[in-house]
This record gives sequence, structure tokens and C-alpha cells, in this order.
Amino acid sequence: MEKVEKILETRELNVNMGPQHPATHGVLRLVLEIDGETIVNVTPYVGYLHRGIEKLGESLTYFQGLPLTDRLDYVSAMSNNIGYVVAVERLFGIDPPERAKFIRTIVGELSRISNHLLWLATHALDIGAMTVFLYCFREREWILDLFEMICGARLTVTYPRVGGVRNDVSQEFLDSLYKFTEEFPTRIPEYETLIDKNRIWLKRTVGIGVISAEEAINWGLTGPTLRGSGVQYDIRKHTPYDAYDKVEFEVPIGTNCDTYDRYRCRMHELRQSNRILKQCLEKLPPGPVMADTPKFTLPPKDFILKDMEHLIHQFILITKGPTVPEGEIYVATEVPKGELGFYFVSDGTGKPYRMRIRAPSFVHASVLSRLCVGHLVADVIANIGTIDIVLGECDR
Amino acid sequence: MLIDTSTIGLVEVEEGTKVLPPNLIITSIDKVVNWSRLSSIWPVTFGLACCAIEMMAAGAAHYDFDRFGIIFRGSPRQSDCVIIAGTVTKKMAPVVRRVFDQIPEPRYVVAMGSCACSGGIFRTYNTVQGCDTFLPVDVFVPGCPPRPETLMEGMILLQEKMRKEQARWSMWR
Repeated sequence: MEKVEKILETRELNVNMGPQHPATHGVLRLVLEIDGETIVNVTPYVGYLHRGIEKLGESLTYFQGLPLTDRLDYVSAMSNNIGYVVAVERLFGIDPPERAKFIRTIVGELSRISNHLLWLATHALDIGAMTVFLYCFREREWILDLFEMICGARLTVTYPRVGGVRNDVSQEFLDSLYKFTEEFPTRIPEYETLIDKNRIWLKRTVGIGVISAEEAINWGLTGPTLRGSGVQYDIRKHTPYDAYDKVEFEVPIGTNCDTYDRYRCRMHELRQSNRILKQCLEKLPPGPVMADTPKFTLPPKDFILKDMEHLIHQFILITKGPTVPEGEIYVATEVPKGELGFYFVSDGTGKPYRMRIRAPSFVHASVLSRLCVGHLVADVIANIGTIDIVLGECDR
Repeated sequence: MLIDTSTIGLVEVEEGTKVLPPNLIITSIDKVVNWSRLSSIWPVTFGLACCAIEMMAAGAAHYDFDRFGIIFRGSPRQSDCVIIAGTVTKKMAPVVRRVFDQIPEPRYVVAMGSCACSGGIFRTYNTVQGCDTFLPVDVFVPGCPPRPETLMEGMILLQEKMRKEQARWSMWR
């Protein structure tokens, strides 16, 4: 009898998922411990895209470190640029002009829309709705065209600069943006018609990945992932940067704390972002787009080509970097994924002594082990989608 | 049965291909096999970093890779080609190599983006300086990230390369 029991014992099965998997949003690796079809434990393994961005930032001046932030969260590069320049500006103690602040708010919100569109596209594709992917990419291409109109790049833009933005926006861009803000609200219902009351979508999202508000705060969640649990926390609202204190918008929150509510939150955010865009277009003030602080900002390109003093000034700023006050600073901004924080330690030279990045994706990846337990294997995919992670930012 | 080609209307449409109207084509096996291979390249759905987003954009409605017969497949075992879209780190390199090894021959590699070509801006301790250090790369697509049109050009170049192939994969006919 004893022998038979020994033969018939049941054990949990370990299944490896990733790093090559179409639905892990990059190179995330999960080791699933499963009992039949039910998840017992999930262990996320990160680091497959560790490129040493923090270390690289220490060997570059404050100006040169900016292009690295594009490659952190490549889905919303503009927001990451803004996070970096806002932090560096606070460290330098400079204030960009009003027009630059509004332009940054515009590109930041465009970036938020494009990020949420890509999130919806991949999340829906993973769960099984292929058409949403094609619809979302249609509007995303439109936004990328707008980015191209401003700065020539589609994805890795490096448009915001320390002390303002690189160049002023053209009237042509503003006209196209106005057309976009008029047209976009009619496109959102198109996605919603496809999945909002879709029976399969509801089955796959309602009641999946439930995390209470208290637990969500304890896990360090931020952004729409936290707001889906009913916590009204938005850095744009609570510690405004750029022009967010001059525009009106609501912070949507969920009630049921599940994947479906987080999806609804993001859909509302699309509308709110569009609202911010419209207000920015109305209120966009005239004036310069670069702060006039010669110790910290580069001179305009026209002067450099004509004028010896400005050329020397530019040469010194580029080669040695600006002379920065000693000290340390942590500045957080609201990127589409959550709270992106930059922590700089300055030793008085032109390069940061330490650049630490508080990436929302890294924190969110850890919560997978809490969200997936008790659900089925198929729901792991829905849970990876709902926390909206990008591995470039997570592994840095 | 021998056909006396001098008496019937064989038309040479290009070098090595003759057409007998209405629907008989005489050509070499190489041409037929290469044509069918290049008309349906199936890459693996395998994104590493930033370039993967542009690869997705190339596959989506606006740029539409399907019209070249390029359809992304989830499993390397059903694919012909792998697009290395993004930075290859030292931790990821064995995985990339394993994905490549799982693809049935004949197989092709497209290195997409500066990182995959040469390491790009990431000259750090953990980045592989170009995926040609451990993979036989057929086409390098530069850019950080390359636009979807650039990737498209790269795939067309790969098709041109496949069109000219003669001996390399002759064992697998």
C-alpha cells in the first residue's frame, strides 16, 4: 500500500516561459510552477536586456545622457526624455520658458496616447483580438507622423532638451495636431465597440489579476496599474511639472481592481490626454522655447555658425559639461506606465556621479508573482499585458 | 518525349526561362525553388528591444509586410528567417543562438538596427558588439531604430539574395 502511494504522488510542474515568447512583451522570462492548469507560483527573471544604461550615464555629460532615455521605454520615448530633462533642470536650478513647457506637455500627452494605443494593441492581440491591433496601429502611425513633423524621428526622438525643447513647432504641425484632436475622440469608440462588451474579452479580463488598493500601494505600483485599484494618485496632479498645473483634466480610477478596470482606466486616459492636448493648443503662448541661462544651456545654432564666442561656449559645454552645484536630487514624473524617477548624485563636475532610474516596469514585473497565483496558465498572458511593462526600462 | 523546340513557339522571357503559350514554363529547379522561397519568407515573432516596435509597425496595417509574403510566426520551427530586432546582451545571446538553431534550414538572419549590427550606442560591459559575432548575418539594416521602410528595403535585399542562390542550400531541395 505504501509503495502504491509513493508511485501515485503528484508534484507541481515547472514550466519555463520566455525569453523568446510572442506575448511576454520583449525578453521577460517567467518560471511557472503549476498544479494542473492552476498557477501555484510565478518567478520573473529579468536582466535579458540589461544594457548598462545607468553605468553609461555616469560616463556621459548631462546633455549626452539624454539619448539614452529614449531607449529606456521605447514605446513612449518623449515622456522619458521629459522625465530626464525635468530632473536635470531641477538639479541645475533653471526654469524653461512657458512655450517650451506647453510644447513638452503636448508631446508628453501625444506620447501617452501612442503608448496606450500600443498597449491596447498588444494586450488585445495576446488575448486573441487581432483587429484591435490593426486599428490601434493606424492611429499610432498618425502620432508618429506628428513626431516626425516636429523633430524628424519617429521613435527615438530626443526632442526635449535641458532648458526647453530643441526647436519651435511649426504652424503646419499645430494645424495637423488640431485635426488629430478633433478626429481622435471618434476613433476611441471604434476600439471599444470591438472589445468593450465582447464576451471573450470579458471572460478573459473581468476578475483576473485582482489586487486591492492597499496591496497595490505596498507593492509599489504606480500609474494606471495603481489607479485601476481605485487609488487616485497621479504625479501630474499632485506635484505638477511642465504645464500640467495650467490645464484641467480628470484622473480616472477603477473600482473592481481587476484587468478590465485597468483597461477602462487607460481608455479614459486616452480621452483625458486628448482633452489636455486641446487645452494646450488653445493656451499655447508665444515666446522663446529655450531658457536663457548661458551657464547651463547651449547657445542657438544660428549664433554658433556665425559667432566665435558662442562657438567657444558651445565647445566648452559639450566637452566639459556644465558646472553643476553639488548635491543630489530625485524627481519623479508621470510617464504612461507609472512613476518614472531620476535620481542624480552630483559631485560638481559635468557628469553625474550616479544616475539611478526608478523604472515603473521593474516594480510592476515583480507584482506578477502576486497577480498570477490561483489563476490559469492562460491568464498569465492577460496579467503580463495589464501591468504594461517594457523590458528596456525594466532591465535598463 | 523529346520536343523539337525549333518548330513550336517557345518564347524566352528572361535568361534561362522559356514560356510555351498558353501555360507551359521551362526553367531550372533552382529558379522555381528560389522563387517560392523568396515569395513567402516567414520570420519569427522575436523582438528584443526598440527595433521590435518598428518591426511591429512594419507588420501592421500602414506598411503591411503581408504583401511581400512576410508573415510573422510564433515558433522558430515554422520560420525561415529571424530578424534580430534590438540589442543583444550577453545574457540573451545564447537564447538568440538557440532560436536560430531551432529554425529549419535553409535559414536567414537579418540584423535590424545599430545595436544588432555593431552594438550601437551601448558600448558597455553587457552588450554584444554586433550579432554577427555569433550568427551568420545575411542582411544588415542600419538605423536607430530603422524606419519600417528601411526594414522593408532590407527584406527586399534578402529576397534578391535568395533569388540568386545556387549551391548553398542545394542539399535541402
